[in-house]
Amino acid sequence: MDGFLLQVLNGLDKGSAYALIALGLTLIFGTLGVVNFAHGALFMIGAFCAVTLQRVLNLSFETIDETKTDFLGNPLKVKTPYVESWFGPEVGATIIDWAVPLSILLAIPVMLLIGLAMERGLIKHFYKRPHADQILVTFGLAIVLQEIIKLWFGANPIQTPPPEALMGVANVGAIVGLDLPYPIWRIVYFCFAAIIIFAVFAFLQFTTFGMVVRAGMADRETVGLLGINIDRRFTIMFGMAAAVAGLAGVMYGPINPPNYHMGMDFLVLSFVVVVVGGMGSLPGAVLAGFLLGILESFASTTWATTTIPGINQIIIYLVAIIVLLTRPRGLMGRKGVMEE
Amino acid sequence: MSRSNVTRRGVLKTGAVTGAGVALPTIFTASSAAAFTNEPTGSSVTLGFNVPQTGPYADEGADELRAYELAVEHLNGEGDGGMLSTFSSKALQGNGINGKKVEYVTGDTQTKSDAARASAKSMIEKDGAIMITGGSSSGVAIAVQGLCQEAGVIFMAGLTHSNDTTGKDKKANGFRHFFNGYMSGAALAPVLAANYGNDRKAYHLTADYTWGWTQQESIAAATEALGWETVNNVLTPLAATDFSSYIAPVLNSGADVLVLNHYGGNMVNSLTNAVQFGLRDKMVDGKQFEIVVPLYSRLMARGAGENVKGIFGSTNWHWSLTDEGSKAFVKSFGTKYGFPPSQAAHTCYVQTLLYADAVTRAGSFNPCAVEEALVGGDSSLPGISSEANRGFLFDGLGNGQTLYRADDHQCFKDVLVVRGKENPTSEFDLLEVVEVTPVAQVWYEPDHPMFAGGNLGECNPGA
Repeated sequence: MDGFLLQVLNGLDKGSAYALIALGLTLIFGTLGVVNFAHGALFMIGAFCAVTLQRVLNLSFETIDETKTDFLGNPLKVKTPYVESWFGPEVGATIIDWAVPLSILLAIPVMLLIGLAMERGLIKHFYKRPHADQILVTFGLAIVLQEIIKLWFGANPIQTPPPEALMGVANVGAIVGLDLPYPIWRIVYFCFAAIIIFAVFAFLQFTTFGMVVRAGMADRETVGLLGINIDRRFTIMFGMAAAVAGLAGVMYGPINPPNYHMGMDFLVLSFVVVVVGGMGSLPGAVLAGFLLGILESFASTTWATTTIPGINQIIIYLVAIIVLLTRPRGLMGRKGVMEE
Repeated sequence: MSRSNVTRRGVLKTGAVTGAGVALPTIFTASSAAAFTNEPTGSSVTLGFNVPQTGPYADEGADELRAYELAVEHLNGEGDGGMLSTFSSKALQGNGINGKKVEYVTGDTQTKSDAARASAKSMIEKDGAIMITGGSSSGVAIAVQGLCQEAGVIFMAGLTHSNDTTGKDKKANGFRHFFNGYMSGAALAPVLAANYGNDRKAYHLTADYTWGWTQQESIAAATEALGWETVNNVLTPLAATDFSSYIAPVLNSGADVLVLNHYGGNMVNSLTNAVQFGLRDKMVDGKQFEIVVPLYSRLMARGAGENVKGIFGSTNWHWSLTDEGSKAFVKSFGTKYGFPPSQAAHTCYVQTLLYADAVTRAGSFNPCAVEEALVGGDSSLPGISSEANRGFLFDGLGNGQTLYRADDHQCFKDVLVVRGKENPTSEFDLLEVVEVTPVAQVWYEPDHPMFAGGNLGECNPGA
């Protein structure tokens, strides 16, 4: 029972990342009609916002310690971070310790700007081109972005640990008398994803801006005829989708150390999530994200892999095939989307 | 009416003579220039460095390339000479290889067998590379080794740790300086037993390809021989990034040791996940839960950060060694690049020197002559009584006395058992050597079951 619940928690955790990326993909597809293969790269850039802030906070000045030597036998250069020098060792160390959560403040404007620049600078030129062209150009962009990151940060994963207070495990089953130790940061990640998903839905549901966007998603032409500059709003939505992917990446860093390829690792699966959820359906993307995350988690158990070898690698695609055969528009897909 | 002198017989004769005339020089050229593949005829010789320049092992590949460039410098008489001065063989004089200036071309393996074979093929056919070297994945190394055997060039393996490279997939044209999974197990198991006791239950997570399989088999056999029980072995896809689904079942498995047969990004992620799940703080039946990473690399340790502290593993070489060869190499590399070399860099540098030395001693680039020089000697390691203990014995390249064994082209030398350092003094000071396991302890016979089934075959000079 404990093992079963642990896999459910793992699935929810994995599903959080899928859901956040798929949500952004669906937002872009639903508003601009663009299949954005660079979305995984935005997730990766978000993670590297945390790496960047961590490095900035660790910028140091050097002093020579004559009593110690480096690997070449020269006097050792001891590095002291500027923040520790400016704010004192304790406060400085705390600021560095909380680098990942603080990165959210950096990632939001950075990702918004990157999203807007992508849409205005490149993607708007492909609105009237076939989906194949959009896929090619965004995929090419993803490769360029990932190579830039590799050039600056190298190919190896870079640790972005969570704050010390959020390390370790918590027994999430204690309330019901179960022994369910689960990493605190993964719980934080799931809660964070839930808040972001709720915020996006609330924004679209309860604000005038969101209402106009939803109207534009349903009938872009009519909204335009009402004198509303829907294109501008859709551009902003692109920026928001980029920010959602970026935030998902920022918070994912402590779970798996960021590397330049992490976006690609999530991209294909996230597209499957979008298709299973139903093209253009935001609730569908979220539902499919969590569903496939849980299924993937169970498929990786020893029982599953010994019963059906290799099931852990094909489960998502298998489910996608079954869903598409039984519900061709996906779990919550709407009629008319990508069907004309 | 004119009459033509052209007859059918005349055309045939003329054609035959012309054809022979055209073909004759080519035949002569072929027989003289193609004594072996890519025989160097000018004043230079080209080596092919086939390393991962993109993909998950790109950092490791970059370090290997640095080492190769350094080796080329030293072979051409530039720089401080590095290990040339400490190498027991004094054939190399810093005037290239056999008097020919060393040049090189590079290829990108992408850590994919097909891409690696394609780039090696291109370097051999288009660039005229006389020797191919490189590594970071056993799957890739085995694939490229097979290609070199067919093409008739020497393959000096870089970082490849699978038993199969010099086991069932060994080839006469292939040579490995790096240690292997069996040696890791033989070196590591006694240290693990000494530190964690003989009554332990191990749970293995294993990368699902040749290296993972052979390492897992080796570690399980070595630890079981000392009383440990292997409770489970779960194969994980090479492309896996999140290991939480594989880690969670460990919690309730009854195991008190987790062995991560992972390398590179896989190892960084699986270790991070294991630490996240609190395994390092867990107690099982009154015993502290432990994690073991049988194959360590400093570059990986840097990626894993704090998580490696106190974790045991093994390594082929470490920059903190104090023998003259290691010191010379670290000084050369550190002065040129500003940081110490990795074990991947070390083995690649050494392999290049060993190849150059063998060619120089043989007086020929012919792969069969090189093979004879590399492993054909009658010298042997002291203290090991075995008919297989013969080959080329050398010293001064950082691992003490080393034997390039004739029977399987595997180097035999001491193995380092290391542990993640608790209080590192710098960003490079991540591992500490806890034991130098003597070569006799990691020795095995060529027909050992873990290595059996292969056939070295005959050396192929190509053309």
